[in-house]
Amino acid sequence: MKILLKGLNLLDPEQKLDKKADLLINDGIIEKIGNIKSSEVEENNIFDFNDMVCVPGLFDMHVHLREPGREDEETVVTGCNGAAAGGFTGIACMPNTNPAADSAEVIKLIKEKASNHLVDVYPVGAVSVDRKGEALAPIAELYEAGAVAFSDDGVAVKTAALLRNALEYAGMYNAPIIEHCEDESLADGAMNESLVSTQLGLPSIPTVAEDITVSRDILMAEYLNKAVHIAHISSKRSIELVREAKARGVKVTAEVTPHHFTLTDDNLKTYDTNYKMNPPLRGKADLEAVIEGLKDGTIDCIASDHAPHSIEEKEMEFIYAPNGILGLESQLGLTLSELVNKNHITLSDLVYKLSINPRRILNINVPSIKEGEKANLTIFDPHNIWTVNVSAFKSKSKNSPFDKRLLTGKPVAVINKGKMFYENELKSI
Amino acid sequence: MPLSSPHLLGLQGVPREDIQLILDTSTTFREVLERPIKKVPTLQGKTIVNLFYENSTRTRLSFELAQKRLSADTINFSTASSSTKKGETFKDTVRNIEAMKVDMIIVRHESAGVPAYLTKISKANIINAGDGRHEHPTQALLDMYSIREKLGKIEGLKVCIVGDITHSRVALSNIYGLISMGAQVSVCGPSTMIPKDIEKLGVKVYNSIDKAISEHDVLNVLRIQIERKANSTFPTLREYHNYFGITAERLEKHNKEILILHPGPINRGVELSSEVADGPYQIILNQVTNGVAIRMAVLYLLGTRP
Repeated sequence: MKILLKGLNLLDPEQKLDKKADLLINDGIIEKIGNIKSSEVEENNIFDFNDMVCVPGLFDMHVHLREPGREDEETVVTGCNGAAAGGFTGIACMPNTNPAADSAEVIKLIKEKASNHLVDVYPVGAVSVDRKGEALAPIAELYEAGAVAFSDDGVAVKTAALLRNALEYAGMYNAPIIEHCEDESLADGAMNESLVSTQLGLPSIPTVAEDITVSRDILMAEYLNKAVHIAHISSKRSIELVREAKARGVKVTAEVTPHHFTLTDDNLKTYDTNYKMNPPLRGKADLEAVIEGLKDGTIDCIASDHAPHSIEEKEMEFIYAPNGILGLESQLGLTLSELVNKNHITLSDLVYKLSINPRRILNINVPSIKEGEKANLTIFDPHNIWTVNVSAFKSKSKNSPFDKRLLTGKPVAVINKGKMFYENELKSI
Repeated sequence: MPLSSPHLLGLQGVPREDIQLILDTSTTFREVLERPIKKVPTLQGKTIVNLFYENSTRTRLSFELAQKRLSADTINFSTASSSTKKGETFKDTVRNIEAMKVDMIIVRHESAGVPAYLTKISKANIINAGDGRHEHPTQALLDMYSIREKLGKIEGLKVCIVGDITHSRVALSNIYGLISMGAQVSVCGPSTMIPKDIEKLGVKVYNSIDKAISEHDVLNVLRIQIERKANSTFPTLREYHNYFGITAERLEKHNKEILILHPGPINRGVELSSEVADGPYQIILNQVTNGVAIRMAVLYLLGTRP
């Protein structure tokens, strides 16, 4: 089947492509880029995307699907639906399911459930059995089953010795270790340590809890010359550590979440548990350092840490409520509103941070907007002003602090694997 | 002039006039407590729930007594178990209680923020009887009342709160209340017990108890929670007592009149020596009596608020 997308602003910095043109897609392959006559395709298959931006399909490398174990909160399919609605054609999902993704069966189950979906799902395997930080998980087997990286996310790899083995072992397959950096002995808290935590009377987690583990991980990656990826970096000092390590040539990369470049611990003053996450929302200086790190390339990519939780779990007393918020369906809008429209980064930077870099970190093929290539595309309207409505989210859970927030820039359509998600509908093309 | 808020969640941001009104109203109720018949019909027909999610003897007794003295109908819900354990969620419990048509809820909870959350899910007046390490406003009010009763004023006094400030709900309420009433407030304790950025609240920090004694008019000495030792915020109770405990020798050394408060229950031989706990400077039992009057005043002012 042929479809024609008219009037797109095509942007693929890797191809040095930045021009207004039409796209002809035939059976999922980009057949032609240029000024294309409408008479070439059926009228029903022509889409007027005048002045919308079209980029290589976006990728979120930090998503929690709750399958297996908590299918009441999110399944592979509902998570993928949320990803598509949020403008993503690929995601990597974290291993803290129940059971944990520490066996080939769990990796295969996730791959299988996602196999027919538009969104590509790349599972991250556990570093240790049951993420307990003791025995190494069967990394070779997990890799063969489809895991692209390894992590005990939710916690850091427990000991330096285990981290060493994980880096060495996963390094054989060129797969990075993704680290949730937090020193466990300092992590017994419900928010960032600051004047705000003192005033709210909440137990707190200092930024140094993150910095200590970031240091350890950088030193180990440097010593072994292996790749470590710092998940959801949030502290100013940690960003400095990554910047210095990169300058020395250490194989370290880092991601940041939209909430860490949008919100601070001041937002907790109402005790709303939708602002409770880990790493916690930090102070203003940390937020500014995050933006600086995104600008100078210290922070390679943006990832949501999409963490669905049921209403009854989030509606708990603050210290008991679980950490985490939804991210897939607000991420592109927040990145455009907070970073691009405020002139911190360009649209071309956005393509690197939300599409190219996360795939490179995970050694996944980067899609190109090029004749003859598979159409793996995200189309968004950078100027559309809209209000986030969590109840309309595709995700099964509703825990987002961004409900009712006004954003500028909205996903419009995604195309991948011969499928298109547009106007709330998933169809084959 | 009614109170500016229908709830008492803490003393942060409470206007000075409100604190003044509560203290002045307490004086009236303090007199009632000296009468042979210690009961007034002020809150007849009002229903009050004491929702205690944490063990508390004295605060709950004090609130209950205050409610009975005001002729309110009271019910008690006490549980040491939290909603994380199997069973009804906090919200469902509150909805059930709400369905019984109650006018006021007094709440004590291990999690900071629960009283604020209650105002969103209930129409009742909410009084915070201690939430996590956040606030315990009626304790601070009774402390201020007791200081004023003894020294005739609060404005201009130098008050030092001594002990584990980080884990205390009493400290923060006292800091807000005393500063609002014009006192100079300090805290004193081992650095491991002083929370981040507390100086930014306008509070001076002391690590020497001798210096604190010599430079203050009032010491409000907090209970050291013995079970905290596991967190190694201090090495031993003996060391705490030797370096931060208030003893008769220490007080004599400075040879000055000083007022000593303690919210109770006292660990004798830890934060206070027995001599000091029973000595001439302390007003610990006055605090307990005044606590009933303060709670009567707060219940009355909120319960009759238009």
